[in-house]
Amino acid sequence: MIIELGHFALILALAVALLQAGLTFTGAARNDLNLMAAGRLAAMAQFALIALAFATLVHAYFVSDFSVANVAENSSSAKPLLYKLTSVWGNHEGSMVLWVLILALYGAAIAWFGDAMPPRLCARVLGVKALIAIGFLLFILLTSNPFLRLSPAPEEGMGLNPILQDPGLAFHPPFLYLGYVGFSVAFAFAIAALIDGRVDAAWARWVRPWTLASWCCLTLGIAMGSWWAYYTLGWGGWWFWDPVENASLMPWLAGTALLHSAIVVERRDTLKSWTILLAILTFSLSLVGTFLVRSGVLTSVHAFALDPRRGVFILVLLCIAIGGSLALYAWRAPALEPGGVFAPISREGALLLNNLILASCCATVFIGTLYPLFLDAVGGPKLSVGYPFFDRTFVPLMIPLLLAVGIGPLLAWKRGDVLGALQRLWAAFAAVIAAILIAYYLSHGGPVLSVLGIGLAAWMGAAAVVELADRLRLFRAPWSEVVRRALAQPRASYGMTLAHFGLAVTVAGIAASGFEQQSIALLHLGQTLPVAGYTLRFDGIGKHDGVNYTADRGDFTLLDGTRVVAQLEPERRFFPLQQQTVSKTAIHTNFFADFYLALGDPDNKGGWAVRAYWKPLVPFIWIGGVIMAFGGGVSLSDRRWRVGVAVRRAAKSALPANRSRA
Amino acid sequence: MSWRRAAYLLPLIAFAALAIYLSHGLAPGYNPELLPSALIDKPAPAFDLVGLKGEARLSNRAFADEIVFVNFFASWCVPCREESPVLMDLARRNVIVLYGIDYKDKPEDAEKFLQQYGDPYRRIGVDDSGRTAINFGVYGVPETYAIDRTGHIRWRHVGPLTADVVKKEIMPLLQELGAS
Repeated sequence: MIIELGHFALILALAVALLQAGLTFTGAARNDLNLMAAGRLAAMAQFALIALAFATLVHAYFVSDFSVANVAENSSSAKPLLYKLTSVWGNHEGSMVLWVLILALYGAAIAWFGDAMPPRLCARVLGVKALIAIGFLLFILLTSNPFLRLSPAPEEGMGLNPILQDPGLAFHPPFLYLGYVGFSVAFAFAIAALIDGRVDAAWARWVRPWTLASWCCLTLGIAMGSWWAYYTLGWGGWWFWDPVENASLMPWLAGTALLHSAIVVERRDTLKSWTILLAILTFSLSLVGTFLVRSGVLTSVHAFALDPRRGVFILVLLCIAIGGSLALYAWRAPALEPGGVFAPISREGALLLNNLILASCCATVFIGTLYPLFLDAVGGPKLSVGYPFFDRTFVPLMIPLLLAVGIGPLLAWKRGDVLGALQRLWAAFAAVIAAILIAYYLSHGGPVLSVLGIGLAAWMGAAAVVELADRLRLFRAPWSEVVRRALAQPRASYGMTLAHFGLAVTVAGIAASGFEQQSIALLHLGQTLPVAGYTLRFDGIGKHDGVNYTADRGDFTLLDGTRVVAQLEPERRFFPLQQQTVSKTAIHTNFFADFYLALGDPDNKGGWAVRAYWKPLVPFIWIGGVIMAFGGGVSLSDRRWRVGVAVRRAAKSALPANRSRA
Repeated sequence: MSWRRAAYLLPLIAFAALAIYLSHGLAPGYNPELLPSALIDKPAPAFDLVGLKGEARLSNRAFADEIVFVNFFASWCVPCREESPVLMDLARRNVIVLYGIDYKDKPEDAEKFLQQYGDPYRRIGVDDSGRTAINFGVYGVPETYAIDRTGHIRWRHVGPLTADVVKKEIMPLLQELGAS
């Protein structure tokens, strides 16, 4: 009964979304405040209804109601409670409901904060959001309904793929969706601006916090997914250039570009039509990603079950949403007034370079991901181009961007001075040389590219610090002045420093992967294995039962000389329901290096295959991601974004360009 | 329409082209794994590759008087992971003789890959340069070929092997070629 209530709520949400589209667009066209206010209420009602539908689905999973087909196919009664919850979005239908729930959540949030926004802008944004919701609600109800019953109900469910039963993955999809569904807000703002025919600084100030919030969530989501791959897939890789990973990376790259170009629109009132195009493309890439993951067009480890009808439906949605918005763009964007001019060497120029490189990187990933599909035209198959392609194209493209990250923030608006900026960065040059020497010494002459990569990371990290010190006039002004300046800095500028520093940390982690050391051996009880100066001792092996699996658990001691560093217990878990074995690695970390241990197969003569790795700086990859997202959060808390302030600022629009306020 | 206005149409045109590609992948009757090979019923290209993990070299001369399957794989290839349970099952049941060719891969990565997903191959050759794959006409990995007793290629499958392919193609093929 409860699940039927959820089904009904979702149908009602579709009706409300139709109503919302009608109310908001008519209200905006007639400038009727009552209709527009009703549209905002509809957005909140739509969210409440979808939340109800989602709650009934969660309930069905909690009580293991196997008369619901979706639960029977994706859950089982003997499973930890947490994974009963995460099973809700561990499958195609349930994850689509989460998708529209988050879409509606953003819609309700816009409606909630809408008081401070120009009413017609708010109405049109909600109207576009309603159109998107209509498309996806129809998709769920017509092709991917999670509320269907099974009769007779099976005794036991088929269970969740064991590899997905992991806390790291539990919250990966919600963050990912908060990220790329969140870009629908920037998209809606872009469409509203095209309808209105006007883009100005106030518009950019409205778009940026939403984009920033989505970007932070997406950054965290991608970091979580990569971390999960690192410790579950069993050999310590953290990025596989898998189509599904690329589907989340492409909106991230485009979204990063959008964040930066929106700054230019806000501060200098230029690059307008490009920013609009980026906003459309960012969300379009999220939609294309959804299509790729759910249509079975590409092969991937995490693809959902295939159904050609779904593929056709999403493709039609894509054509309407992307084709429609790009047609609107072709029609209306030429009318947008061009803004101020600027010299190539300037803050605007640096941000444009950032945009060009990020867009090229995004195109590279796009081509690499869709290459198999392009091959179809000549009769090609489902294939992977794999990391050789991405390593040779993506990485070289990123290097100039990473170099420019250090210089850009030091350039002035309109016309900058590269030589002056480089002079102010002398401390960063010193840091690069020191980092290269230290990396070279510690790695005993490790791989050249890794050593240079560490130098690159040092460049970005030091430049971020130098730029902040420059703004605070550290060591050049009296302390009282420095403190006064530190307090007066807008939080957004601290956010930038943190985000750029976080990027440096991530790059250091990636570069250091060339220094890792590994030992693979067949060990018997009591034997030891030397790894990177440490000694690993095999103390024992035992059986161990979990809720829904049995495991062989190894007992290892990691020694530095005679000092015990850590006890490690890697497992091989066997899930009888799915007849699948999953490796549970044991990782000892001190945040500067990981010791990574995986238990392999027994040789049935008392020996066990053991893979041990020493991975210096690898935690930096994810720590950097968290710092980037935190920087975004700090910037988001800037009082300039707060309700009301933007309106007052917009009123006196021509602010003097101030270099320190990016 | 001025040129400036026309430039704004470019994104739409690019998307239209993309949509055609995407719809191609969904066309009815489209099977991404059916692919003609110019080498069917032709002698298999000769090769002589370094063995993985210091094993003996792998050469096509080793295939004398036996029906063999040659599987191109790589540790970086995601679909290869997908097909590995199928290959392991074939190896466990001793249904086919399977040789592996590790395509453009670091040997240490390949070893890790085999440790994790299992090693279904009788022997593995390392095709570091990709020359052997080019001679076979490999589009990408994974790809599998069947070579009969006389050294002729008789069958080719592009993309990951599935239980369905084993049942509907490999088993009839073995019967046709008279596996003993």
